[in-house]
Amino acid sequence: MSSYNDNLEKKFAAGEAVIAPAGFSLQSNTKESHAMSMANKRKVNLGAFLDKIFRNSTMLFAFLVFSTMFAIMATLFIASLPALKVFGSSFFLSDAWNPVTVQFGGLVPIFGTLVTAAIAMLIGIPVSFGIAMFITELSPTWLKRPLGIAIELLAGIPSIIYGMWGLFVFAPFFADHGQPWINDHLGSLPFIGVIFEGPAMGIGMLTAGIILAIMVIPFTSSVMRDVFEVVPPMLKESAYGLGATTWEVLRNIVLPYTKIGVVGGIMLGLGRALGETMAVTFVIGNAHELSASLLMPGNTISSALANEFTEAVGDVYTSSLITLGMTLFVITFIVLAFAKLLLIRLSAREGKQS
Amino acid sequence: MSTQTLTPKLSTHDLNFYYGKFHALKNISLSIPSGKVTAFIGPSGCGKSTLLRTFNRMYELYPKLRAEGEIHLDGQNILDPSQDLNLLRARIGMVFQKPTPFPMSIYDNVAYGIKLYERLPKFEMDQRVEWALKKAALWNEVKDKLNQNGASLSGGQQQRLCIARGIAVKPDVLLLDEPCSALDPISTARIEELINELKSDYTIVIVTHNMQQAARVSDYTAYMYLGELIEYGDTDKIFTNPTRKETEDYITGKFG
Repeated sequence: MSSYNDNLEKKFAAGEAVIAPAGFSLQSNTKESHAMSMANKRKVNLGAFLDKIFRNSTMLFAFLVFSTMFAIMATLFIASLPALKVFGSSFFLSDAWNPVTVQFGGLVPIFGTLVTAAIAMLIGIPVSFGIAMFITELSPTWLKRPLGIAIELLAGIPSIIYGMWGLFVFAPFFADHGQPWINDHLGSLPFIGVIFEGPAMGIGMLTAGIILAIMVIPFTSSVMRDVFEVVPPMLKESAYGLGATTWEVLRNIVLPYTKIGVVGGIMLGLGRALGETMAVTFVIGNAHELSASLLMPGNTISSALANEFTEAVGDVYTSSLITLGMTLFVITFIVLAFAKLLLIRLSAREGKQS
Repeated sequence: MSTQTLTPKLSTHDLNFYYGKFHALKNISLSIPSGKVTAFIGPSGCGKSTLLRTFNRMYELYPKLRAEGEIHLDGQNILDPSQDLNLLRARIGMVFQKPTPFPMSIYDNVAYGIKLYERLPKFEMDQRVEWALKKAALWNEVKDKLNQNGASLSGGQQQRLCIARGIAVKPDVLLLDEPCSALDPISTARIEELINELKSDYTIVIVTHNMQQAARVSDYTAYMYLGELIEYGDTDKIFTNPTRKETEDYITGKFG
């Protein structure tokens, strides 16, 4: 008997189900059920405990996001104080950048960042939209997969490769064939001509914007393709069934249905365009000069940081660079907030949800 | 068959359909009379939805699908490559298994199809939208919330919105592909009532899984099995006195 009970205990410990044989004595029966409930309780307690650990650890990871963000913000703010004390808010309006006389202003890199990102978006969004549209709606089946893989491969190329390709291949080609044409045809236009006038050097803000567009397209188009693919076929068929063309279906049905994903994809691309460092540094010319012409060299925040941090001497110089970094942070924040607002506006136009 | 005495709206002649190598419709020849409700019944995979989707050439959205033979709409072969696809689809409305409201307001859902082909002044557009919603027996429920999103309605209301959207463009034919399969019995009853009212103005073709529904709403019934048209004729006759043994087995529930 006792050996049988011992056996039972072992089985309980191993978590096995035990069925008492018929005719088992009442006493040992109660003992058995007692042991069973103990075992169950132990399991429940352990489960709840593990669950608690799990919940708290995931919460910890989530709060790491907050703490990292606040830590970076605080660091940037504190480190930028020396420059802001010297220059005040005029730092953001001044185009001076003279380490010798210790005069710094952020206008040129801020301008360059915004302009190159804008060019990248201007080229990147329509092209990405077209790529995603082609892959999901128009492409023959055999071409879909190779196209998808090609886009993902492009997204995986390190930015320095884009920079080198831009400097050694694209810039000379652009200087020989692209810029002279732009100069001749767009440079002579009234008012906007000044934007397209300048020496055909190959490098400059326009080149940087184009390279950025090429880098942004894989990201934006693959996000757009993914969200286009989740549109229920029946919804599209309903619109086709009314006699809508492919363009009308995409414009009026697919795009509104996927707007959150599409704006997300654009923001992902814009984030890359604003913060991209290496490729831009290669092709933008790194000149601290404000110029209306897109063909002239300029500078962006991140390429200024990459180029100058190692040689920044003195508190004010370093601090000015950090102020630029903080500005980039703020620009990104504003852009994200703007995207959220845009989505709210778009939803309002579709009518109330309930 | 009695259907031949009526003017056919749509008729197929030796229609064959292929999903790649799979032969889904085999030599289908039938004519659908104008101003009546015709139901396609049959077990899953028999080709009834496939047949319905050849009428507006919806299959052309997908690769490797092709139809051979002829389909005549008012005597004109719509499988002819020279047929303008968008115009064809504007003439043949379609409602699907599940409600598919567009991501826009109730008003715009109905106005969308109209705007594709007609340029109406605001007043006339309002009238047309109201007309379509009234036809679809939805006006009273939505007239105070036309600016709300179509998705905010209940499933049955959404399906009636889809019907309103379909009839707003004033098509000749209305294709209903299991329009009640996602709806509760009350909504189903309302849609069936609606079908009865609409048939005076439109030629309606309905695919249904539900034999009682076919018996209730249709004037003519086609029974299909494994891609073939087994029997086609008066609904009353098909359900009470079918000619073919296979039809009888199916409608009496011996299989399917």
